[in-house]
Amino acid sequence: MKKTQLYDTHLTCNAKMVSFHGYEMPLQYDSIIDEHHCVRKNAGLFDISHMGRFAVSGDKAFQFIQQIITNDVGQLADKQVLYTPICNEQGGIIDDILVYKWHEKHFMLVVNCSNAEKDLSWLQKQAANYQPLEIRDLTDSVSLIALQGPQSINMLEVAFESKFDSIKRFYFDDYVWDGTRITISRTGYTGEDGFEIFVDSEQVVKLWNLLIGKNKQDGLRPIGLGARDTLRLEACLLLYGNDMDETITPLETTIGWTVKFDKGNFVGRESLLNQKTRGIDRKLVGFEMIDRGIPRQGYPVFKGNEIIGKVTSGSFSPSTNKNIGLSLIQSQYAKIGEEFQIQIRDNRYNAQIVKTPFYSRIKR
Amino acid sequence: MNIPNELLYTKTHEWVKKSTSKEVIMGITDFAQQQLKDIVFVELPSVGKELKMGTPCAVVESVKAAYDIYAPVSGKVLKINQKIQEKPQLVNEDPYGEGWFLHIEISNPNEFSSLLSPDQYRVASESEH
Repeated sequence: MKKTQLYDTHLTCNAKMVSFHGYEMPLQYDSIIDEHHCVRKNAGLFDISHMGRFAVSGDKAFQFIQQIITNDVGQLADKQVLYTPICNEQGGIIDDILVYKWHEKHFMLVVNCSNAEKDLSWLQKQAANYQPLEIRDLTDSVSLIALQGPQSINMLEVAFESKFDSIKRFYFDDYVWDGTRITISRTGYTGEDGFEIFVDSEQVVKLWNLLIGKNKQDGLRPIGLGARDTLRLEACLLLYGNDMDETITPLETTIGWTVKFDKGNFVGRESLLNQKTRGIDRKLVGFEMIDRGIPRQGYPVFKGNEIIGKVTSGSFSPSTNKNIGLSLIQSQYAKIGEEFQIQIRDNRYNAQIVKTPFYSRIKR
Repeated sequence: MNIPNELLYTKTHEWVKKSTSKEVIMGITDFAQQQLKDIVFVELPSVGKELKMGTPCAVVESVKAAYDIYAPVSGKVLKINQKIQEKPQLVNEDPYGEGWFLHIEISNPNEFSSLLSPDQYRVASESEH
């Protein structure tokens, strides 16, 4: 089992640790619900060093990235971040990633922990026509922490004694801190304003302690994967392995907007275009429970006596005080207001399709 | 950890209180609620249901997952605590009081001998830490 550099720090903070795709990660330090509200109302700090990070550089790095992703890296300015799926030839989602562009010849990809190995071999296979191209795994040498919540900008500024309001949403910049380069992006997986900070693994404990130390009196606290999941679900940010996998295409989910047919060729384009022309049979929708009961991944969804799909993610939602979920169902039923039943253990309970996201922050 | 002296316990973290010679009240222990943390849902059996000792009789769900609760004795469900269905956090706040689960009419008094004393339960739960 792998440990991040912050493993001992988590134990000191009384974290309940769980095994997560090969890493020992903090599930919660205290109550998941309290941690959730802390991020929504104030700010929280996450260790997300388990996520995969690859640097991609070379003369044809831009063309390579453009070929493997469905979104359009051509629309990206330097120091901008792009959310995109990587698809296989059938249009199935291999992973959903963030692309960081320094310039046309140098990028970084942040990928799901569960897919990092698979992604690396896929990237290497696709790279053949774009040589010389270097794909370097930074996962161990660079750590990643996320500061999320409405107060995150203030807390970042207090910790570094510097202004960061020049970083706009989905942009990043490089800074020198304590003699090393750090990269800070205004990104996250909570539905709140927030930052993700890349730092040398040798320095991450020091940076973590600095952020917590300078902001503890203002309520900054560490947040575990438990609240990370409820936060992302409320914001309708999809989770690989739940809401997406290689048998599901982006067009069937809520991230169809990341497929840019106009940008030219890319892996999966033909299949996706066929699917679009033919019509989409299944659709990922957000729903809330009408009856009592908590939907969980894998529970069947019924319309009358017919199974029309299954739950891909579900939870109690602390911000709305409802039980919510995502389900992949037959498209004909994918309308807001449509009711269906979810089988929970031995009984079926009523639920209703609602608009997503379930929660959106107040834009300041 | 709070383990009241007047109750009996199971290895699966239920408590039992004899209320009359034929009737018991049951719930989950302080240790169990601490382990589960944020309880957000409780599913209880219907009144009249026959329970068999050691088999699932209720479900509690935390934010992360669902857990079975086992019948500590065999018998018929006489009463269920509707308040914990509406306010599941009562189980966290007061597991031996307002957070009770069921009243059961016992069908086999001999089963009491297999329940744990407070001391036995303390040892059993500490080994799980």
